[in-house]
Amino acid sequence: MTERPNRPRRLLLVGLAAALTTVAVLALLVNIVERKQEARAPFFQVVEITDTTEAPEVWGRNFPHQYDSYRRTVDQERTRFGGSEAMPRTPTSADPRSVVAQSRLDEDPRLRTMWAGYAFSRDFREERGHAYMLDDQTFTERQAVGQPGTCMHCHASVYLPYMRLGNGDLTRGFELMNQMPYAEARTKVTHPVACIDCHTPGTMELRVTRPGFIEGLRAYKASQGVPDYDVNRDATRQEKRAFVCGQCHVEYYFKGSEKRLTYPWSKGLKVDQIYAYYDSVAFRDWVHAETGAEVLKAQHPEFEMWNQGVHARSGVTCADCHMPYQRVGALKVTDHHIRSPLLNVSNACQTCHPVAADELKARAELIQENTYRLRDQAMDALVGLIGDLSAARTAGRPDAELSTARSLQRRAQFYLDFIEAENSMGFHAPQEAARILGEAIDYARQGQIAIRDRAFHPRLPPVPAAR
Amino acid sequence: MRDSPHHRGSTTLLVVVALIGIGLGVGMFTFSYGKGASYLTNDPAACANCHIMEPQYSAWLTGSHRKAATCNDCHTPDGMIAKYVTKASNGFWHSTAFTSGIFHEPIQIKASNRAIAEQRCRDCHEPMVHAILANNDGSVSCLSCHQSVGHRR
Repeated sequence: MTERPNRPRRLLLVGLAAALTTVAVLALLVNIVERKQEARAPFFQVVEITDTTEAPEVWGRNFPHQYDSYRRTVDQERTRFGGSEAMPRTPTSADPRSVVAQSRLDEDPRLRTMWAGYAFSRDFREERGHAYMLDDQTFTERQAVGQPGTCMHCHASVYLPYMRLGNGDLTRGFELMNQMPYAEARTKVTHPVACIDCHTPGTMELRVTRPGFIEGLRAYKASQGVPDYDVNRDATRQEKRAFVCGQCHVEYYFKGSEKRLTYPWSKGLKVDQIYAYYDSVAFRDWVHAETGAEVLKAQHPEFEMWNQGVHARSGVTCADCHMPYQRVGALKVTDHHIRSPLLNVSNACQTCHPVAADELKARAELIQENTYRLRDQAMDALVGLIGDLSAARTAGRPDAELSTARSLQRRAQFYLDFIEAENSMGFHAPQEAARILGEAIDYARQGQIAIRDRAFHPRLPPVPAAR
Repeated sequence: MRDSPHHRGSTTLLVVVALIGIGLGVGMFTFSYGKGASYLTNDPAACANCHIMEPQYSAWLTGSHRKAATCNDCHTPDGMIAKYVTKASNGFWHSTAFTSGIFHEPIQIKASNRAIAEQRCRDCHEPMVHAILANNDGSVSCLSCHQSVGHRR
């Protein structure tokens, strides 16, 4: 009888617990339903995307996860040897940017000596994310020298503009835009790189849309004994996960008066083979202002350097590390926030390497520290040679006596710049980067000997065979 | 009589029983909809039910052990009780993690589960590795070299 008054209260408590449990089970049920739904329908078609849909925000309606991460390339985040800091600047009518990246020329004034007489000695900043590619190209002070429309090939979404210019002929549109002045070409383009530049509408399959790469890779494959290579017909899906990035992250030059963008790969992808190609067509980017040497500017040979590394040999491509899969609910989505893997070690590295994130990062940074040290020594050696050459020239030494040293400057400078301009500080191919910098130091020092000793014959290693 | 404590008590009882019944019903439905019973089986497809294990499952399907061992053969210990205790514990923690979304990616095996897998290698391959294990100071692990045999990673 004494328990009686408590019984309803106890019943109420049991009822409450039952209700709460039901709520929890229902929440779980809804969660399971959502995941099942996601797994069943990886995407909903909201709009139709055709080969004339350029605006990424329209593609983004069908692919919201990919679009969301694509938009994040506006982030400015540094790693030890790359990435940009947001530097405030006062906008002007000529350049409305209120934020730019830090100046590399101020960080290392030796770069001004290396590029004396060339536009890069006026303005060269740390690269920012894809979102800025068009603005940073439009407003760099390098425009003062009059750039051609060729630059658009990689600084804008050009697939549709090329197709429009060429009346449906991509290559024709490419040729026509190459010959325009930059300002005119600029009016033909709207976006930085967009979905349509790498994806086929409808199937979303990867595709290569840049004529420079299509022609460059055909020339390279021909050197390997593969005739008539068509990248969109012959490449595997995994290869395309590197090729779509290789469309732009490469060494190149503007060929002839028609300024045709050309990738110098017909002898191979290694620095020696590219250098031999430039010699064979007697190309020079400019004449060095202090020494009179006919020199070359290396661009950003990420694709070529990756090809020399262990990741490429193992079939690991750019997208595997720079665009790793990320989980969104039940979905596996390619992360379109393209960035340094050092900012995303778990997804980028640990999928293959079961090692703690800190350790992986330390391994990568060790490679970069060592490469940077060599790059620093190569820079000193080159500046030493430039100083000696310039002094010999001022002292009135005849050109004939300086030609060996000048050609060594051309070679040392290109080898050094090949690593300096490459965006991984050696990581893409550590041994190859160290070899190239070692040779750059040697060529610069041999150049200094050649100035002192007229009988000196430089020792140059043979160019590796194409195959 | 209507307001007697006895009558009020039986109304409350009715409501509580109904609530428990609803909870049970929803629970049973969720269990069935979430393929709850499949987790008690040895079917490897069950391990990929909640999507997270799909890469491991598809890698196992193309791997060298697919004809020799299922998930449970390597990831649960020998013995019925130990097996279901492991299943229950992993099931609880996995579903908590995957429902809340709070877990490390890519997923990584816990030390205790790694120890189970290590032991299961030996259960089958003991005759072959006997000589290696005779002098093992604890630092030799099958998985440090043969990590990819089950499902690559």
